[in-house]
Amino acid sequence: MNAITARFELTYGDFTLAVDLQLPNTGVTVLFGASGSGKTTLLRCIAGLQKAPLGYLQINDLLWQDSTQNLFLPTHQRNLGYVFQEANLFPHLTVKENLNFGLKRQRQAHKPTEFKDLLELLGIEHLLKRLPERLSGGERQRVAIARALVLKPDILLMDEPLAALDFKRKQEILPFLTRLHQQLAIPVLYVTHSQQEVAQLADTLVIMEQGRVLATGDVADTLTRLDMPFSKDKEASTVWHVTLIEHETEYHLSRVITTGGVLNLPYIEAPLGTALRIQIYARDVSIALAPPQASSILNILPATILALTPEMPGQCVVQLRIGSDTLLAHITQKSAHLLGLKPDMTVYVQIKGTSLLN
Amino acid sequence: MITPADLDTLWLTFKVASLATFLMLLIGTPLAWWLARTQSALKGLINALVSLPLVLPPTVIGFYLLISMGPSGFIGKLTHSLGLESLPFTFTGLIIASVIYSMPFVVQPLQAGFTSLGEQPLEAAATLRAGPLDRFFNVVVPLTKPSFLTAAILGFTHTVGEFGVVLMIGGNIPDKTRVVSVQIYNHVEALEYTEAHVLAGCLVLFSFVVLLILYTVLKTQPNLQQIK
Repeated sequence: MNAITARFELTYGDFTLAVDLQLPNTGVTVLFGASGSGKTTLLRCIAGLQKAPLGYLQINDLLWQDSTQNLFLPTHQRNLGYVFQEANLFPHLTVKENLNFGLKRQRQAHKPTEFKDLLELLGIEHLLKRLPERLSGGERQRVAIARALVLKPDILLMDEPLAALDFKRKQEILPFLTRLHQQLAIPVLYVTHSQQEVAQLADTLVIMEQGRVLATGDVADTLTRLDMPFSKDKEASTVWHVTLIEHETEYHLSRVITTGGVLNLPYIEAPLGTALRIQIYARDVSIALAPPQASSILNILPATILALTPEMPGQCVVQLRIGSDTLLAHITQKSAHLLGLKPDMTVYVQIKGTSLLN
Repeated sequence: MITPADLDTLWLTFKVASLATFLMLLIGTPLAWWLARTQSALKGLINALVSLPLVLPPTVIGFYLLISMGPSGFIGKLTHSLGLESLPFTFTGLIIASVIYSMPFVVQPLQAGFTSLGEQPLEAAATLRAGPLDRFFNVVVPLTKPSFLTAAILGFTHTVGEFGVVLMIGGNIPDKTRVVSVQIYNHVEALEYTEAHVLAGCLVLFSFVVLLILYTVLKTQPNLQQIK
């Protein structure tokens, strides 16, 4: 469902942004790229905070910009929510007044219960009377998210909302974002340069470089593309969607089913049938030609090699198909040579560790 | 101790300074807003023109105002063609001169305040459905209140202290243009030192109290050196 069309061309100094994107109108789309790749500029163009001389922007059936008919809706007339890198709360207003700022200017009425639910979801009910200067960085950012969401926007735009926070605060706020991810019906465009946030939040991934879109697609597909920088990174990983099917309390384990077999994970406190998102790092995956008989590794699945590519000296990235999922393995070139690994070979992957993302 | 004539000059000074400050805020706010945000090539020129009274001797400003407001000056011709009274030596003329003379003291603190505020709060307000005027009155004004107070106080006190311009353009007409600074000069000319002391003392006390409020109660830090 491509309900968002965004085309922009803009130049300032020696930077040029030229994008033509079709994005889904549900889930989280992460705009990923190094600083200077134009991801924030793109987000600002979508918000109308920056005006691209050539631009076309359509959100569902609403046209927000079309330079061919000289149409440019100013930001305050667009039904959007925007979360800035620095929470950007109004320092002269309390948390409650900050939340009400947009509401007062919006015609549509808001059910008090929804307001309460939102405060609860973001854990800020107890902060309403405080001034922003008396909030921690994480609290400020949560208030900023609530302030954007109370307006029931058609789209939520988030510009590196975690970048200004330290590690501890990030860990504090990520669960809230994951919860939002599950409960929000509106599309979210999320700008980041953190691979961890991509793995945790993205449904769709847009990779940007020097003002252009390098790749766009489903997060699992895009993360495992060998022509993309992700697959070669030390932190390269795969995101899988799995279902919880069994608990083995004796060993403190839970079993999940993937499209290619069953995996054992550290115990997950959730009812059977829960949909889960897990991350498997390429460095935690090893390859054997026959199913290992006696191994301490519990997770061994049959797989087909899709492609191999050498990366840094001595290293090799292997792309594998397991069921309908794709997996990456980082192995040494020597191993690849000794095992005679080639595309279309059937092998066994041993997965040393997985991490749960939600 | 204080004569009715002196009281009249104090009252007139207060009227001139209040009205001039009001007009300066009215004109100076949009001007400072424009100067703080424009990328226009005219910015330097306008900045220089607004700041000119800071460096010119007041008598020079007064002289040119007198010429231009006179019967053959461009302002004089304009007022004449509109059927208005001639401006020199009138209350209106004095107000116009005061506004021009003290304008930099209003524009510069406002411009500095607007510049340091930055784009961020405005952008946040725009994403929360606030239009341009709404953003100005509900975000910019409350966040730059200290700049507005500094601008108003400096504009007012500087108008109270003007002398050279008044003498050139306003002369020395009771109840119309005879402000405190001129009256002190009159007393000294007439060797009435006691009366001069009283009025001069009033001004010293007034200025001191105003600055005391500015630096302690409002806790603003207007850099007078920088403004001057």
